[in-house]
Amino acid sequence: MTSGGIRRSFAAWAALALASFGGAAHAAEPGPWQLNMTRGVTTWSQVPYDLNNITLGVCVGIGILVFGAMFIAMFRFRKSRGAVAEKWSHNTTLEVVWTTIPVIILITLAYLATGGLTSWANTTGSQMTVKITGYQWKWRYDYISYLGKPISNVGFMSKLDAQSNATRQLGSGMDPYAVKVGDENTYLRNVDKPLVVPVDTKIRFVITGGDVIHSWWVPQFGWKVDAIPGIVNAAWTDIKTPGTYRGQCGLLCGQDHGFMPIVVVAKSKADFAKWLAAQEAQAGAPAAAPAAQTAELPAPPAAGKQG
Amino acid sequence: MSHAATHDQHDDHHGAPKNFFQRWCMSTNHKDIGTLYLIFALTMFFIGGSFAMVIRAELFKPGLQLVQPYFFNEMTTLHALVMIFGAIMPAFVGLGNWMIPLMVGAPDMALPRMNNLSFWILPFAFTLLLSTLFMPGGSAAGGWTMLPPLSLQSSSLAYTVFAIHLMGISSIMGAINIIATILNMRAPGMDLLKMPVFVWSWLITAFLLIAVMPVLAGAVTMLLTDKYFGTNFFNPGGGGDPVLYQHIFWFFGHPEVYIMILPAFGIISEVIPTFSRKPIFGYKAMVFAIASIAFLSFIVWAHHMFTVGLPLGADIFFMYATMLIAVPTGVKVFNWVSTMWGGSMTFETPMLFAIAFVILFTIGGFSGLMLAMVPADFQYHDTYFVVAHFHYVLVTGALFAIISATYYWLPKWTGRMYSEFWGKVHFWNSVIWVNVLFFPQHFLGLAGMPRRIPDYNVAFANFNMISSIGGFLFGASQLIFLGVLIHCAFFSRKKAADRVWEGAKGLEWTVPSPAPYHTFDVPPVIHEGDLAHGHPND
Repeated sequence: MTSGGIRRSFAAWAALALASFGGAAHAAEPGPWQLNMTRGVTTWSQVPYDLNNITLGVCVGIGILVFGAMFIAMFRFRKSRGAVAEKWSHNTTLEVVWTTIPVIILITLAYLATGGLTSWANTTGSQMTVKITGYQWKWRYDYISYLGKPISNVGFMSKLDAQSNATRQLGSGMDPYAVKVGDENTYLRNVDKPLVVPVDTKIRFVITGGDVIHSWWVPQFGWKVDAIPGIVNAAWTDIKTPGTYRGQCGLLCGQDHGFMPIVVVAKSKADFAKWLAAQEAQAGAPAAAPAAQTAELPAPPAAGKQG
Repeated sequence: MSHAATHDQHDDHHGAPKNFFQRWCMSTNHKDIGTLYLIFALTMFFIGGSFAMVIRAELFKPGLQLVQPYFFNEMTTLHALVMIFGAIMPAFVGLGNWMIPLMVGAPDMALPRMNNLSFWILPFAFTLLLSTLFMPGGSAAGGWTMLPPLSLQSSSLAYTVFAIHLMGISSIMGAINIIATILNMRAPGMDLLKMPVFVWSWLITAFLLIAVMPVLAGAVTMLLTDKYFGTNFFNPGGGGDPVLYQHIFWFFGHPEVYIMILPAFGIISEVIPTFSRKPIFGYKAMVFAIASIAFLSFIVWAHHMFTVGLPLGADIFFMYATMLIAVPTGVKVFNWVSTMWGGSMTFETPMLFAIAFVILFTIGGFSGLMLAMVPADFQYHDTYFVVAHFHYVLVTGALFAIISATYYWLPKWTGRMYSEFWGKVHFWNSVIWVNVLFFPQHFLGLAGMPRRIPDYNVAFANFNMISSIGGFLFGASQLIFLGVLIHCAFFSRKKAADRVWEGAKGLEWTVPSPAPYHTFDVPPVIHEGDLAHGHPND
């Protein structure tokens, strides 16, 4: 290989590494060779991403020191190099130092994590509520309210798309690489009917389970919350960019646990209002009047506060 | 060996019984029962490993090629139950059985007949557990945590629960025996703070076992009555709460993971000083670190449950308590490195596995710290990141320590040296392939692949294929281990010295190799120089 070739291949590897670590933050979907967590698309999803990177950095730093000391010891203090064992087995100063420093590091990390957690736990001030119910092996979405108005009759089941479902059967002979929407491979990560939500809106999800425990997880939102029968959990998100975001059930829920994906389509507020109106109209005449009102609403007043 | 002479005065129990059934099935000898435990653990290791091979084969590429999803779930469930209760725990009990009496100068375990019973329950328990695979409806497939309501859908729940009851009884009896032996049977002069760290680690582990195995028994009994006797402990329709089970289970489950690592800490604390030819750094700190980890293990259980919707205050408490464990664990790692520093090291197979343990277990500890951060855990939870984490602490942690201990004491058990060359071949294959197997799983988890799924999107294909290749080769590497063991036990002609390793300290090296059927019939006179921690101020 010429030196130019080496340089080019090095550049290619560097680009690949960069794409794997940083670039994935912009892609909505996990890519091949992705190495790190997604940055996500919501105001809060940055929190786990930053904590992940900071803690990883701290661990790598400590690892270099500890493993470095080990490797130096293994080369310097070999019997084959004539090393004679020393007799000491104590050093109080050292022991105090390496108990104290980790405590300080941990306090710093705990401070960061506590702040992030507290902001996550605050589900107040939401502008929309969607109820999510996990079933073996599909999700149900019920729209409860939007901009302070109750929504009736908009709710549907969401299950694995037909193409993935045919491909995933044992001995189907079908190619998982052929399951595509546009350029994107959606094998096991597409549904027949996605959850549609607006962007720039604080959406509160109330999450429960219909039969066994499931877990609702869209990595781009930065969290997963268990869907437990008899318990209603709450979580919130606030999506910044329109797009299609995919996730999967996060907790073993039986034989088809791997086959109940989650797809969330985030639309602009105007598009969402149109979509909601159409859904309500479809649901029947009694719902038609409030639907028309919703569609005519101007930009929601709270939008400016949610930056 | 002054005490060896005493054997001639006790002809009635001079050697092992000749009759196979009498020797192995009716044994009350701690060495024979230790051997039985170790052989049992090795057998289970290969059975559980074969389940793992099925899992990795199905995950080799996207699409279902080999097994149905339900069978896949049976494999993940049984792989965990067999490895935890059948391989790791019995291996530690076997090592404890063999070595604790030898290390504290006791003639046998304190309760030899109970020792026999606690071993012989295990083959029945696992026959019962594995038989569920062949039943209509199959075995349990809800994961080893058996969370209701899912676990209640299993048609063989009663068999699984009964098998777990048997394992629990066996563990509790083993733990009582170990505590009784350590507290009552030490030779005069073997003060508590002169005991080897391995003995200390087992003493503390035994208390953990007694504390939490009944909790597990209670949890699975409630599953049983919910399914068959109309109770509603976990059924929200009857006023119960599925989350209650998770609290009870993890109150057992978290100490359980320390049950699987504390004896490993003890082993590493024996092996590293021996091959560094230097006393362990901070003996008392090591003992107190184990004790404080054991204490903390009782107040961190809900870090397995950050996504169930705990109150904010509970999330914060369990996060802080979990992070605190990093301090004593860090002390242990620093002390092992300091033990090596200034030593005179050689790198025989036990030492190689011990060094790999320190590095790779620490990597598992790092990912553990990352998992403790609740907001980040919302992403990591139940992904392959967690799978990578606990396999680093259990495979390159607990299992590597067990393998290290096996090479370390094998010459004492058999009286012959194993093949150092093949031991090193085993080591290098294991350490390379185990990383090829588990390191890419961190990336899979971070990219968003949930655990316990039989099939996945093509985005996860590359690292899964690498992981599977690592898995097959790591599995195959363990056949080398089997070969080394068989060679050493039956074919090796190289006699082992009494003090097998130049730097080895402790009473176990003062008895002949192989250790005679009965040792320390008369308590040994302890010379402080024989002990690793003989001097009270060390």
